Amino acid sequence: MATKHSRISASVAIQAKGLRKSYGEQQVLKGVDFTLEQGSILALLGPNGAGKTTTIRILSTLLKPDEGSASVNGFDVVKKSAQVRASIGLTGQFAAVDDYMTGRENILMIGQLYHLPAEDLPERTRDLLEQFDLVDAADRPARTYSGGMKRRLDLAMSLVASPAILFLDEPTTGLDPRSRLALWHMIKELARGGTTILLTTQYMEEAEYLADNVIVIDHGQVIAEGTVSELKAQAGAERVEVTLKRAKDLHVVRKLAGAEASSDEETLMVTAPARKGAESLYELLGKLNTAKIPLESAALRRPTLDDVFLALTGHATEEEAAKEAKHA
Amino acid sequence: MHNLTWAFKDSVVLARRSILHILRSFDQVMSLIMFPIMFMLLNRYVLGGAIDTGKVSYANYLFAGILVQTLAFGANYTTINLAVDMKEGIIDRFRSLPMHNAAVVVGHIISDLFRNIISGLIIVLVGFVIGFRPNASAGEWLLVALLAILFTLAISWLSAILGLLVKSLEAAQWMGFIIIFPLTFISSAFVPTNTMPSVLRVFAENQPLTHVIDTMRAWLVGTSLDNSGWLSFVWCIAIIIVSVPVTAWLFRRRSN
Ligand SMILES: Nc1ncnc2c1ncn2[C@@H]1O[C@H](COP(=O)(O)OP(=O)(O)OP(=O)(O)O)[C@@H](O)[C@H]1O
Ligand SMILES: [Mg+2]
Repeated sequence: MATKHSRISASVAIQAKGLRKSYGEQQVLKGVDFTLEQGSILALLGPNGAGKTTTIRILSTLLKPDEGSASVNGFDVVKKSAQVRASIGLTGQFAAVDDYMTGRENILMIGQLYHLPAEDLPERTRDLLEQFDLVDAADRPARTYSGGMKRRLDLAMSLVASPAILFLDEPTTGLDPRSRLALWHMIKELARGGTTILLTTQYMEEAEYLADNVIVIDHGQVIAEGTVSELKAQAGAERVEVTLKRAKDLHVVRKLAGAEASSDEETLMVTAPARKGAESLYELLGKLNTAKIPLESAALRRPTLDDVFLALTGHATEEEAAKEAKHA
Repeated sequence: MHNLTWAFKDSVVLARRSILHILRSFDQVMSLIMFPIMFMLLNRYVLGGAIDTGKVSYANYLFAGILVQTLAFGANYTTINLAVDMKEGIIDRFRSLPMHNAAVVVGHIISDLFRNIISGLIIVLVGFVIGFRPNASAGEWLLVALLAILFTLAISWLSAILGLLVKSLEAAQWMGFIIIFPLTFISSAFVPTNTMPSVLRVFAENQPLTHVIDTMRAWLVGTSLDNSGWLSFVWCIAIIIVSVPVTAWLFRRRSN
């Protein structure tokens, strides 16, 4: 029994058991459970207000759960908060940099507050500035930084102490595609080096690229858990999607696309399941070419977070629902 | 012991941050320098001629009043700085670090002390320019400095309570003015209290600012001291003893 227990705690970095949290009447977390292996990346996926930030705040000792328990790096987040804090780095949803201090001063300050040896700090700071491409801006006050630069500085600050566990709350929100990609690479690199990472995101592709495992939460509950491909399997296969130039082709194309195809008269779009992936798109395009039907566009569409949501909950994400309500 | 050493070091790190804010923000530098000078000049030359301070010259009378008013406003920055910190994401970062949480408050209080030392020196300089002629001994100057520090600490800790109570930066800014302006005007800072209507006069003569001002004035220019000497110290120490635990309690409550 004892050996089994110690083996589990050696490989589990984060464990959450039945976490509940309410604000007044509103139940924000309704019993969240999950475990996260050392050195892996877990993405918490969910729409606005799902409870992602609340979960991160509990795990990073900023908030006490009403019920349930959690351990991080083997320490209870409520009873051993000091030890938990010594093992984690946190990049919150909103940039937490000091605007009046320079990038270098910000990183140094956080290093001092982590109680790192003073003689190592200048070098560590220089390394981080380099790694996050902030060398040129290092001695400018952070208030002169762009959103993306602030985000990178924010991340650099949470990495000063090389924490075993890193929490990233929507790390790429507000970044341009290039910076997003660069950040993705860095996150992967950290995980390869052994850092355990729990991140939240609203983007399926982000979870897909980064995470070994995904937890989908909605209204404070875990509604699905698994790898991205497992989730996608639940959401149904990929689809081919063609948009026509002429309304009169709609009927013909729908027939060519097979029995399960559906069409929309307003957008002139025909979609059908792509059982064979890209091959299916290729086939359909061949048929349309033979029939000489002009196309506006054609694509292979992967299931999105919205599709996954629809499949899992029977309702779209709030955002999508709002969009639809507007159309109706 | 170890714990306390770290608490102190963390506070110094955050005090440095807060002092950088003072030096790098145009607003704060201006208020640090201009506020005491402006008040000194306006009172001395606009009101000064019309106020009868008996045997003491108005410049001599005014000095302690302006000094205490400036110290009070300076120490009040803790309200604003703490309110800003609590609102912004940075408080979450600090709280997620293995540092001593109290350092967030103590850092601002240390920087208030720094600010008040600078503005105190400016006031002494300007005071001499407009005719302030103290007859204090070195020991008396030292006592004045000691009381100034104690008073700054008392107001800073009170300000910390306000900073944790207010919900917005605007509220934090107004709070200081709404409380400190009346307190300095209904005191012996600018006019002798004996010309005030009786209700105001009773208040003015018994509130802590008057005691602190009268004490400093007595030491600097030799006016009468009465009970103010020990009362001013008792007030400051009592305020600190009450507000430190209240601040700690509020801080813990606010952060959960
Ligand atoms: N301090 C608070 N007081 C009251 N309600 C709160 C508080 N913090 C969060 N909530 C509520 O809890 C719910 C979950 O919030 P949370 O921030 O965890 O969501 P999220 O999944 O991070 O959303 P987003 O994607 O918008 O960041 C929301 O409905 C929010 O309004
Ligand atoms: Mg959030």
